[in-house]
Amino acid sequence: MNLTLFVWRQEDANAQGRMEKYEAQAITPDMSFLEMLDVVNLGLIAQGRAPIAFEHDCREGICGSCSMMINGVAHGPRPATATCQLHMRHFKDGDTLHIEPWRSKAFPVIKDLVVDRGSFDRIIQAGGYVSVNTGNAPDANAIPVPKVDSELAMDAAACIGCGACVAACPNGSAALFTSAKISHLGLLPQGGPEREIRVLRMVEAMDEEGFGNCTMHRECEAVCPKQISTNFIARMNREFLRASLKHAKT
Amino acid sequence: MSSPFSFYKSTVGKKIVMAVTGFIGVGYVMGHVCGNLLVFAGPGPLNNYAHLLKVSKAFLWGARSVLIAAVVLHVVAAYQLWRTSAESRPTEYVRWSPVNSTWASRTMRWTGPLLLIFIAFHLFHLTGGQIHPGGAFSEHDVYHNVVTGFRVWWVSVAYIAAMLALSLHMYHGVWSMFQSVGLNHPRYNGFIRHAATVVTIVVVVGFISIPVAVLLRLIS
Ligand code: HEM
Ligand code: FES
Repeated sequence: MNLTLFVWRQEDANAQGRMEKYEAQAITPDMSFLEMLDVVNLGLIAQGRAPIAFEHDCREGICGSCSMMINGVAHGPRPATATCQLHMRHFKDGDTLHIEPWRSKAFPVIKDLVVDRGSFDRIIQAGGYVSVNTGNAPDANAIPVPKVDSELAMDAAACIGCGACVAACPNGSAALFTSAKISHLGLLPQGGPEREIRVLRMVEAMDEEGFGNCTMHRECEAVCPKQISTNFIARMNREFLRASLKHAKT
Repeated sequence: MSSPFSFYKSTVGKKIVMAVTGFIGVGYVMGHVCGNLLVFAGPGPLNNYAHLLKVSKAFLWGARSVLIAAVVLHVVAAYQLWRTSAESRPTEYVRWSPVNSTWASRTMRWTGPLLLIFIAFHLFHLTGGQIHPGGAFSEHDVYHNVVTGFRVWWVSVAYIAAMLALSLHMYHGVWSMFQSVGLNHPRYNGFIRHAATVVTIVVVVGFISIPVAVLLRLIS
Protein backbone atom coordinates (compact mmCIF):
# COMPACT_ATOMS: atom_id res chain seq x y z
CA MET A 1 0.00 0.00 0.00
CA ASN A 2 1.06 3.62 -0.55
CA LEU A 3 -0.24 6.41 1.65
CA THR A 4 0.16 10.15 1.95
CA LEU A 5 0.83 11.41 5.46
CA PHE A 6 0.49 14.88 6.91
CA VAL A 7 2.42 14.82 10.18
CA TRP A 8 2.89 17.48 12.86
CA ARG A 9 6.59 18.33 13.11
CA GLN A 10 7.95 20.44 15.96
CA GLU A 11 11.64 20.47 16.93
CA ASP A 12 11.12 21.08 20.64
CA ALA A 13 8.67 22.43 23.20
CA ASN A 14 9.26 26.06 22.24
CA ALA A 15 9.53 25.68 18.48
CA GLN A 16 6.77 26.64 16.08
CA GLY A 17 5.32 23.44 14.65
CA ARG A 18 3.73 22.74 11.27
CA MET A 19 2.16 19.90 9.28
CA GLU A 20 4.54 18.25 6.81
CA LYS A 21 3.80 15.91 3.95
CA TYR A 22 5.39 12.47 3.59
CA GLU A 23 4.82 9.50 1.32
CA ALA A 24 4.58 6.12 3.04
CA GLN A 25 5.53 3.54 0.42
CA ALA A 26 5.55 -0.27 0.31
CA ILE A 27 3.40 -0.61 3.42
CA THR A 28 1.90 -4.06 3.99
CA PRO A 29 -1.61 -4.45 5.44
CA ASP A 30 -0.36 -6.56 8.35
CA MET A 31 1.92 -3.81 9.65
CA SER A 32 0.79 -1.95 12.73
CA PHE A 33 0.41 1.81 12.51
CA LEU A 34 3.65 2.28 14.44
CA GLU A 35 5.46 -0.13 12.11
CA MET A 36 4.23 1.96 9.21
CA LEU A 37 5.80 5.02 10.89
CA ASP A 38 8.98 2.97 11.50
CA VAL A 39 9.20 2.35 7.76
CA VAL A 40 8.70 6.05 7.02
CA ASN A 41 11.37 6.91 9.59
CA LEU A 42 13.87 4.46 8.06
CA GLY A 43 13.40 6.27 4.78
CA LEU A 44 13.90 9.66 6.45
CA ILE A 45 17.03 8.50 8.25
CA ALA A 46 18.43 7.10 4.98
CA GLN A 47 17.94 10.57 3.48
CA GLY A 48 19.70 12.15 6.45
CA ARG A 49 16.51 13.80 7.69
CA ALA A 50 15.18 13.77 11.27
CA PRO A 51 12.80 10.86 11.94
CA ILE A 52 9.29 11.57 13.20
CA ALA A 53 9.40 11.39 17.01
CA PHE A 54 6.54 9.38 18.54
CA GLU A 55 6.19 7.67 21.87
CA HIS A 56 5.84 3.90 22.21
CA ASP A 57 6.83 1.19 24.62
CA CYS A 58 4.92 -2.07 24.91
CA ARG A 59 3.36 -2.11 21.42
CA GLU A 60 0.76 -4.45 22.82
CA GLY A 61 -1.88 -2.01 23.99
CA ILE A 62 -1.10 -1.94 27.69
CA CYS A 63 1.34 0.86 28.43
CA GLY A 64 -0.63 3.77 27.00
CA SER A 65 2.29 5.65 25.48
CA CYS A 66 1.50 5.48 21.74
CA SER A 67 -0.52 8.68 21.71
CA MET A 68 -1.51 10.32 18.44
CA MET A 69 -4.51 11.70 16.63
CA ILE A 70 -5.15 9.92 13.34
CA ASN A 71 -7.50 11.75 10.98
CA GLY A 72 -8.95 13.71 13.88
CA VAL A 73 -9.66 10.70 16.10
CA ALA A 74 -7.52 9.71 19.08
CA HIS A 75 -5.82 6.35 18.36
CA GLY A 76 -7.43 6.29 14.92
CA PRO A 77 -10.63 4.86 13.53
CA ARG A 78 -10.91 1.48 15.32
CA PRO A 79 -12.84 1.37 18.60
CA ALA A 80 -11.10 -0.11 21.66
CA THR A 81 -7.74 -0.06 19.89
CA ALA A 82 -4.53 1.74 20.86
CA THR A 83 -2.43 3.08 17.96
CA CYS A 84 0.12 0.27 18.37
CA GLN A 85 -2.67 -2.29 17.94
CA LEU A 86 -4.16 -0.57 14.91
CA HIS A 87 -3.26 -2.37 11.71
CA MET A 88 -2.82 -0.93 8.27
CA ARG A 89 -5.42 -3.33 6.84
CA HIS A 90 -8.00 -0.91 8.23
CA PHE A 91 -6.83 1.71 5.74
CA LYS A 92 -6.97 1.73 1.95
CA ASP A 93 -4.20 2.08 -0.58
CA GLY A 94 -3.94 5.74 -1.52
CA ASP A 95 -5.44 7.06 1.75
CA THR A 96 -4.37 10.42 3.12
CA LEU A 97 -3.75 10.45 6.88
CA HIS A 98 -3.45 13.44 9.21
CA ILE A 99 -1.32 12.66 12.27
CA GLU A 100 -1.19 15.12 15.16
CA PRO A 101 -0.13 15.07 18.81
CA TRP A 102 -2.65 15.25 21.70
CA ARG A 103 -3.69 18.87 22.11
CA SER A 104 -4.06 20.12 25.67
CA LYS A 105 -2.48 22.86 27.75
CA ALA A 106 -1.80 20.13 30.33
CA PHE A 107 -0.05 17.93 27.72
CA PRO A 108 2.63 20.21 26.24
CA VAL A 109 4.29 18.94 23.07
CA ILE A 110 7.91 17.92 23.66
CA LYS A 111 8.75 17.01 20.07
CA ASP A 112 6.67 16.12 17.01
CA LEU A 113 4.01 13.70 18.28
CA VAL A 114 5.42 13.29 21.80
CA VAL A 115 3.64 15.09 24.63
CA ASP A 116 4.37 15.35 28.35
CA ARG A 117 1.63 13.61 30.30
CA GLY A 118 3.14 14.45 33.70
CA SER A 119 -0.13 16.17 34.62
CA PHE A 120 -1.73 12.70 34.88
CA ASP A 121 1.02 11.62 37.28
CA ARG A 122 0.32 14.64 39.48
CA ILE A 123 -3.40 13.77 39.58
CA ILE A 124 -2.44 10.26 40.72
CA GLN A 125 -0.06 11.67 43.33
CA ALA A 126 -2.90 13.77 44.74
CA GLY A 127 -4.93 10.71 45.75
CA GLY A 128 -4.56 7.74 43.44
CA TYR A 129 -3.24 5.39 46.10
CA VAL A 130 -4.31 3.45 49.18
CA SER A 131 -2.46 3.77 52.47
CA VAL A 132 -1.75 0.41 54.13
CA ASN A 133 0.40 -0.43 57.10
CA THR A 134 3.21 -2.77 56.31
CA GLY A 135 3.44 -6.16 58.00
CA ASN A 136 2.44 -9.66 57.07
CA ALA A 137 0.47 -9.98 53.87
CA PRO A 138 -3.20 -10.39 54.84
CA ASP A 139 -5.09 -13.52 53.86
CA ALA A 140 -6.25 -12.98 50.28
CA ASN A 141 -9.91 -13.71 50.96
CA ALA A 142 -10.19 -12.12 54.39
CA ILE A 143 -12.05 -9.08 53.06
CA PRO A 144 -15.22 -10.01 51.18
CA VAL A 145 -15.79 -7.91 48.02
CA PRO A 146 -19.15 -8.05 46.22
CA LYS A 147 -18.74 -9.48 42.70
CA VAL A 148 -20.40 -6.45 41.04
CA ASP A 149 -18.03 -4.07 42.81
CA SER A 150 -14.91 -6.01 41.95
CA GLU A 151 -15.98 -6.24 38.29
CA LEU A 152 -16.69 -2.52 38.16
CA ALA A 153 -13.41 -1.67 39.89
CA MET A 154 -11.65 -3.88 37.36
CA ASP A 155 -13.35 -2.08 34.46
CA ALA A 156 -12.07 1.23 35.84
CA ALA A 157 -8.63 -0.20 36.55
CA ALA A 158 -8.26 -1.08 32.87
CA CYS A 159 -7.38 2.60 32.23
CA ILE A 160 -3.81 2.79 30.88
CA GLY A 161 -3.55 6.57 31.28
CA CYS A 162 -2.88 7.18 27.60
CA GLY A 163 -4.65 10.55 27.56
CA ALA A 164 -6.87 9.82 24.56
CA CYS A 165 -9.88 10.95 26.62
CA VAL A 166 -8.39 14.44 27.02
CA ALA A 167 -7.24 14.54 23.41
CA ALA A 168 -10.66 13.60 22.02
CA CYS A 169 -12.70 15.83 24.33
CA PRO A 170 -13.91 19.07 22.73
CA ASN A 171 -13.47 20.60 26.20
CA GLY A 172 -10.06 19.06 26.87
CA SER A 173 -11.45 17.48 30.04
CA ALA A 174 -9.60 14.80 32.02
CA ALA A 175 -12.80 13.62 33.70
CA LEU A 176 -12.71 10.10 32.26
CA PHE A 177 -9.16 9.42 33.44
CA THR A 178 -9.65 10.98 36.88
CA SER A 179 -13.00 9.29 37.41
CA ALA A 180 -11.61 5.89 36.42
CA LYS A 181 -8.83 6.19 38.99
CA ILE A 182 -11.19 7.44 41.70
CA SER A 183 -13.64 4.60 41.01
CA HIS A 184 -11.05 1.88 40.73
CA LEU A 185 -9.82 2.57 44.26
CA GLY A 186 -13.03 3.87 45.80
CA LEU A 187 -15.11 0.84 44.87
CA LEU A 188 -12.94 -1.55 46.84
CA PRO A 189 -12.88 -1.88 50.65
CA GLN A 190 -9.13 -1.26 50.72
CA GLY A 191 -9.76 2.18 49.20
CA GLY A 192 -12.59 2.96 51.63
CA PRO A 193 -10.74 4.94 54.33
CA GLU A 194 -9.59 7.57 51.83
CA ARG A 195 -12.75 7.63 49.79
CA GLU A 196 -13.72 11.27 50.47
CA ILE A 197 -10.31 12.88 50.62
CA ARG A 198 -9.30 11.07 47.44
CA VAL A 199 -12.07 12.46 45.26
CA LEU A 200 -11.70 15.98 46.67
CA ARG A 201 -7.93 16.04 46.16
CA MET A 202 -7.90 14.38 42.75
CA VAL A 203 -10.58 16.70 41.37
CA GLU A 204 -8.64 19.67 42.76
CA ALA A 205 -5.43 18.39 41.16
CA MET A 206 -7.25 17.84 37.86
CA ASP A 207 -8.47 21.45 37.91
CA GLU A 208 -5.05 22.82 38.85
CA GLU A 209 -3.53 21.25 35.75
CA GLY A 210 -5.84 23.36 33.62
CA PHE A 211 -7.96 20.63 32.04
CA GLY A 212 -11.36 21.65 30.70
CA ASN A 213 -14.80 20.76 32.01
CA CYS A 214 -16.86 17.72 31.10
CA THR A 215 -20.11 18.51 29.29
CA MET A 216 -20.94 14.89 28.48
CA HIS A 217 -20.14 14.87 24.79
CA ARG A 218 -18.95 11.30 25.42
CA GLU A 219 -16.15 11.57 22.83
CA CYS A 220 -13.72 10.12 25.42
CA GLU A 221 -15.64 6.88 25.78
CA ALA A 222 -15.67 6.43 21.99
CA VAL A 223 -11.88 6.59 21.64
CA CYS A 224 -10.77 4.97 24.91
CA PRO A 225 -8.69 1.91 23.99
CA LYS A 226 -9.98 0.26 27.16
CA GLN A 227 -13.62 1.32 26.64
CA ILE A 228 -13.89 3.03 30.02
CA SER A 229 -17.50 4.16 30.38
CA THR A 230 -18.59 7.75 31.07
CA ASN A 231 -20.73 6.22 33.82
CA PHE A 232 -17.56 6.57 35.88
CA ILE A 233 -17.69 10.33 35.35
CA ALA A 234 -21.19 10.40 36.81
CA ARG A 235 -19.86 8.29 39.68
CA MET A 236 -17.04 10.80 40.26
CA ASN A 237 -19.53 13.67 40.32
CA ARG A 238 -21.66 11.79 42.85
CA GLU A 239 -18.61 10.96 44.97
CA PHE A 240 -17.52 14.61 44.83
CA LEU A 241 -20.95 15.80 45.95
CA ARG A 242 -21.05 13.24 48.74
CA ALA A 243 -17.53 14.07 49.92
CA SER A 244 -18.21 17.82 49.78
CA LEU A 245 -21.21 17.39 52.05
CA LYS A 246 -19.57 14.90 54.36
CA HIS A 247 -15.90 15.62 54.65
CA ALA A 248 -14.83 17.94 57.48
CA LYS A 249 -11.89 19.67 55.80
CA THR A 250 -10.01 19.34 52.57
CA MET B 1 -18.54 19.78 54.96
CA SER B 2 -15.92 21.31 52.68
CA SER B 3 -16.60 25.01 52.20
CA PRO B 4 -19.08 26.20 49.60
CA PHE B 5 -16.18 28.24 48.21
CA SER B 6 -13.98 25.23 47.48
CA PHE B 7 -17.02 23.38 46.15
CA TYR B 8 -17.82 26.11 43.66
CA LYS B 9 -14.17 26.63 42.81
CA SER B 10 -13.95 23.15 41.29
CA THR B 11 -15.19 22.43 37.78
CA VAL B 12 -17.27 19.54 39.14
CA GLY B 13 -18.94 21.83 41.71
CA LYS B 14 -19.73 24.46 39.07
CA LYS B 15 -21.25 21.80 36.85
CA ILE B 16 -23.42 20.61 39.74
CA VAL B 17 -24.60 24.22 40.18
CA MET B 18 -25.45 24.27 36.46
CA ALA B 19 -27.35 21.03 36.79
CA VAL B 20 -29.41 22.20 39.78
CA THR B 21 -30.17 25.59 38.23
CA GLY B 22 -30.87 23.88 34.90
CA PHE B 23 -33.28 21.58 36.75
CA ILE B 24 -35.08 24.65 38.11
CA GLY B 25 -35.26 25.93 34.53
CA VAL B 26 -36.68 22.64 33.28
CA GLY B 27 -39.24 22.59 36.10
CA TYR B 28 -40.20 26.13 35.19
CA VAL B 29 -40.65 25.50 31.46
CA MET B 30 -42.71 22.38 32.21
CA GLY B 31 -45.05 24.39 34.44
CA HIS B 32 -45.07 27.34 32.05
CA VAL B 33 -46.09 25.27 29.04
CA CYS B 34 -48.98 23.69 30.98
CA GLY B 35 -50.27 27.13 31.99
CA ASN B 36 -49.82 28.59 28.52
CA LEU B 37 -51.78 25.83 26.85
CA LEU B 38 -54.87 27.26 28.59
CA VAL B 39 -54.89 29.70 25.68
CA PHE B 40 -56.69 26.93 23.77
CA ALA B 41 -59.46 27.00 26.40
CA GLY B 42 -60.23 30.64 25.59
CA PRO B 43 -59.69 34.10 27.10
CA GLY B 44 -61.43 33.34 30.42
CA PRO B 45 -59.32 30.40 31.62
CA LEU B 46 -56.00 31.93 30.49
CA ASN B 47 -56.69 35.34 32.02
CA ASN B 48 -57.93 33.78 35.27
CA TYR B 49 -54.80 31.65 35.48
CA ALA B 50 -52.59 34.69 34.80
CA HIS B 51 -54.47 36.61 37.46
CA LEU B 52 -54.08 33.75 39.94
CA LEU B 53 -50.30 33.84 39.57
CA LYS B 54 -50.29 37.46 40.66
CA VAL B 55 -52.75 37.25 43.56
CA SER B 56 -50.00 36.91 46.15
CA LYS B 57 -47.12 39.34 45.79
CA ALA B 58 -45.04 37.14 48.09
CA PHE B 59 -45.56 34.09 45.89
CA LEU B 60 -44.96 36.01 42.67
CA TRP B 61 -41.73 37.63 43.80
CA GLY B 62 -40.58 34.54 45.68
CA ALA B 63 -40.84 32.50 42.48
CA ARG B 64 -39.30 35.27 40.40
CA SER B 65 -36.35 35.54 42.81
CA VAL B 66 -35.64 31.82 42.58
CA LEU B 67 -35.80 31.96 38.78
CA ILE B 68 -33.61 35.05 38.50
CA ALA B 69 -31.03 33.54 40.87
CA ALA B 70 -31.09 30.29 38.92
CA VAL B 71 -30.58 32.03 35.57
CA VAL B 72 -27.74 34.18 36.95
CA LEU B 73 -25.93 31.21 38.53
CA HIS B 74 -26.50 29.07 35.43
CA VAL B 75 -25.11 31.69 33.09
CA VAL B 76 -22.15 32.66 35.29
CA ALA B 77 -21.11 29.04 35.80
CA ALA B 78 -21.58 28.31 32.09
CA TYR B 79 -19.37 31.25 31.18
CA GLN B 80 -16.63 30.28 33.66
CA LEU B 81 -16.61 26.64 32.57
CA TRP B 82 -16.59 27.65 28.93
CA ARG B 83 -13.49 29.80 29.57
CA THR B 84 -11.73 26.98 31.41
CA SER B 85 -12.41 24.57 28.58
CA ALA B 86 -11.43 27.05 25.86
CA GLU B 87 -8.15 27.84 27.62
CA SER B 88 -7.35 24.16 28.07
CA ARG B 89 -6.62 23.77 24.36
CA PRO B 90 -4.45 26.70 23.21
CA THR B 91 -3.60 24.97 19.90
CA GLU B 92 -6.53 23.63 17.92
CA TYR B 93 -6.35 20.45 15.90
CA VAL B 94 -5.80 20.79 12.17
CA ARG B 95 -8.31 17.96 11.91
CA TRP B 96 -10.82 16.79 14.50
CA SER B 97 -13.68 14.39 13.80
CA PRO B 98 -16.59 13.83 16.18
CA VAL B 99 -17.49 10.25 17.00
CA ASN B 100 -20.04 10.25 19.83
CA SER B 101 -21.01 13.85 20.48
CA THR B 102 -24.31 15.14 19.15
CA TRP B 103 -25.31 18.31 17.39
CA ALA B 104 -27.16 19.25 20.56
CA SER B 105 -24.17 18.71 22.82
CA ARG B 106 -21.85 20.69 20.56
CA THR B 107 -24.21 23.66 20.31
CA MET B 108 -24.99 24.08 24.04
CA ARG B 109 -22.79 27.18 24.12
CA TRP B 110 -24.80 28.79 21.34
CA THR B 111 -28.29 27.68 22.25
CA GLY B 112 -27.70 28.87 25.85
CA PRO B 113 -26.89 32.51 24.99
CA LEU B 114 -29.69 32.46 22.39
CA LEU B 115 -32.07 31.52 25.18
CA LEU B 116 -30.73 34.38 27.31
CA ILE B 117 -31.50 36.86 24.52
CA PHE B 118 -34.89 35.26 24.05
CA ILE B 119 -35.71 35.46 27.77
CA ALA B 120 -34.95 39.20 27.75
CA PHE B 121 -37.08 39.76 24.65
CA HIS B 122 -39.89 37.59 26.02
CA LEU B 123 -40.02 39.57 29.30
CA PHE B 124 -40.28 42.88 27.43
CA HIS B 125 -42.81 41.40 25.03
CA LEU B 126 -45.36 39.57 27.16
CA THR B 127 -44.52 40.36 30.79
CA GLY B 128 -43.74 44.07 30.70
CA GLY B 129 -45.21 44.99 27.33
CA GLN B 130 -42.50 47.55 26.49
CA ILE B 131 -41.92 45.84 23.14
CA HIS B 132 -45.26 44.77 21.77
CA PRO B 133 -45.73 45.35 18.07
CA GLY B 134 -49.12 44.40 16.66
CA GLY B 135 -51.39 46.20 19.12
CA ALA B 136 -51.76 47.84 22.49
CA PHE B 137 -50.49 45.88 25.48
CA SER B 138 -53.08 45.31 28.20
CA GLU B 139 -51.96 44.68 31.78
CA HIS B 140 -54.92 42.39 32.49
CA ASP B 141 -55.80 40.78 29.17
CA VAL B 142 -53.03 38.23 28.64
CA TYR B 143 -55.06 36.44 25.97
CA HIS B 144 -55.32 39.63 23.94
CA ASN B 145 -51.55 40.24 24.26
CA VAL B 146 -50.72 36.73 23.10
CA VAL B 147 -53.02 36.80 20.08
CA THR B 148 -52.09 40.31 18.90
CA GLY B 149 -48.43 39.61 19.67
CA PHE B 150 -48.20 36.45 17.61
CA ARG B 151 -50.19 37.91 14.69
CA VAL B 152 -46.94 39.73 13.85
CA TRP B 153 -45.29 37.07 11.73
CA TRP B 154 -41.68 37.83 12.62
CA VAL B 155 -42.45 37.71 16.34
CA SER B 156 -43.88 34.22 15.87
CA VAL B 157 -40.87 33.19 13.82
CA ALA B 158 -38.53 34.46 16.56
CA TYR B 159 -40.44 32.52 19.22
CA ILE B 160 -40.43 29.34 17.15
CA ALA B 161 -36.69 29.67 16.47
CA ALA B 162 -36.03 30.23 20.17
CA MET B 163 -38.04 27.12 21.01
CA LEU B 164 -35.98 25.10 18.54
CA ALA B 165 -32.89 26.34 20.39
CA LEU B 166 -34.59 25.29 23.64
CA SER B 167 -35.23 21.84 22.21
CA LEU B 168 -31.52 21.34 21.44
CA HIS B 169 -30.52 22.76 24.83
CA MET B 170 -32.96 20.52 26.67
CA TYR B 171 -32.29 17.40 24.59
CA HIS B 172 -28.72 17.40 25.84
CA GLY B 173 -29.18 19.28 29.12
CA VAL B 174 -32.02 17.31 30.69
CA TRP B 175 -30.04 14.10 30.25
CA SER B 176 -26.69 15.67 31.15
CA MET B 177 -27.90 17.20 34.43
CA PHE B 178 -28.49 13.71 35.81
CA GLN B 179 -24.88 12.79 35.00
CA SER B 180 -23.59 16.00 36.58
CA VAL B 181 -25.09 15.16 39.96
CA GLY B 182 -24.25 11.48 39.59
CA LEU B 183 -27.77 10.11 39.20
CA ASN B 184 -26.57 7.28 37.02
CA HIS B 185 -27.38 3.62 37.38
CA PRO B 186 -27.49 0.88 34.76
CA ARG B 187 -31.07 0.13 35.73
CA TYR B 188 -32.30 3.67 35.07
CA ASN B 189 -29.88 5.09 32.46
CA GLY B 190 -32.00 4.08 29.47
CA PHE B 191 -35.13 5.45 31.11
CA ILE B 192 -33.46 8.79 31.92
CA ARG B 193 -32.29 9.22 28.31
CA HIS B 194 -35.77 8.49 26.93
CA ALA B 195 -37.56 10.59 29.54
CA ALA B 196 -35.30 13.57 28.73
CA THR B 197 -36.22 13.25 25.05
CA VAL B 198 -39.94 12.93 25.74
CA VAL B 199 -40.00 15.91 28.15
CA THR B 200 -38.11 18.01 25.61
CA ILE B 201 -40.50 17.15 22.78
CA VAL B 202 -43.63 17.72 24.87
CA VAL B 203 -42.43 21.10 26.18
CA VAL B 204 -41.21 22.40 22.83
CA VAL B 205 -44.19 21.19 20.79
CA GLY B 206 -46.47 22.68 23.45
CA PHE B 207 -44.83 26.10 23.24
CA ILE B 208 -44.60 26.14 19.45
CA SER B 209 -48.26 25.17 19.05
CA ILE B 210 -49.32 28.60 20.35
CA PRO B 211 -47.76 30.95 17.74
CA VAL B 212 -48.64 28.38 15.06
CA ALA B 213 -52.28 28.33 16.18
CA VAL B 214 -52.42 32.14 16.18
CA LEU B 215 -50.90 32.39 12.70
CA LEU B 216 -53.36 29.77 11.39
CA ARG B 217 -56.19 31.75 13.04
CA LEU B 218 -57.14 28.73 15.15
CA ILE B 219 -57.25 31.08 18.12
CA SER B 220 -58.23 34.69 17.77
C1 HEM C 1 -30.43 31.87 30.17
C2 HEM C 1 -29.79 31.40 29.16
C3 HEM C 1 -29.03 30.11 29.23
C4 HEM C 1 -27.70 29.95 29.02
C5 HEM C 1 -26.71 31.04 28.67
C6 HEM C 1 -27.40 28.54 29.18
C7 HEM C 1 -26.15 27.97 28.99
C8 HEM C 1 -25.86 26.67 29.23
C9 HEM C 1 -24.59 26.04 28.98
C10 HEM C 1 -23.38 26.70 28.35
C11 HEM C 1 -24.68 24.77 29.42
C12 HEM C 1 -23.56 23.77 29.51
C13 HEM C 1 -23.30 23.09 28.27
C14 HEM C 1 -23.11 21.62 28.42
O1 HEM C 1 -23.30 21.06 29.51
O2 HEM C 1 -22.77 21.04 27.39
C15 HEM C 1 -26.00 24.57 29.92
C16 HEM C 1 -26.47 23.40 30.45
C17 HEM C 1 -27.77 23.18 30.83
N1 HEM C 1 -28.82 24.08 30.68
FE1 HEM C 1 -28.66 25.97 30.12
N2 HEM C 1 -28.53 27.88 29.50
C18 HEM C 1 -29.56 28.80 29.54
C19 HEM C 1 -30.88 28.56 29.79
C20 HEM C 1 -31.38 27.35 30.16
C21 HEM C 1 -32.79 27.10 30.35
C22 HEM C 1 -33.94 28.09 30.12
C23 HEM C 1 -32.88 25.82 30.76
C24 HEM C 1 -34.13 25.07 31.10
C25 HEM C 1 -34.87 24.52 30.21
C26 HEM C 1 -31.54 25.27 30.81
C27 HEM C 1 -31.23 24.00 31.17
C28 HEM C 1 -29.97 23.47 31.17
C29 HEM C 1 -29.64 22.17 31.65
C30 HEM C 1 -30.59 21.18 32.27
C31 HEM C 1 -28.25 22.01 31.45
C32 HEM C 1 -27.43 20.80 31.76
C33 HEM C 1 -26.66 20.96 33.01
C34 HEM C 1 -25.74 19.80 33.18
O3 HEM C 1 -25.24 19.27 32.20
O4 HEM C 1 -25.49 19.43 34.32
N3 HEM C 1 -30.66 26.22 30.43
N4 HEM C 1 -26.71 25.74 29.79
S1 FES D 1 2.78 1.27 22.78
FE1 FES D 1 2.02 0.56 24.70
S2 FES D 1 -0.13 0.89 24.45
FE2 FES D 1 0.63 1.33 22.48
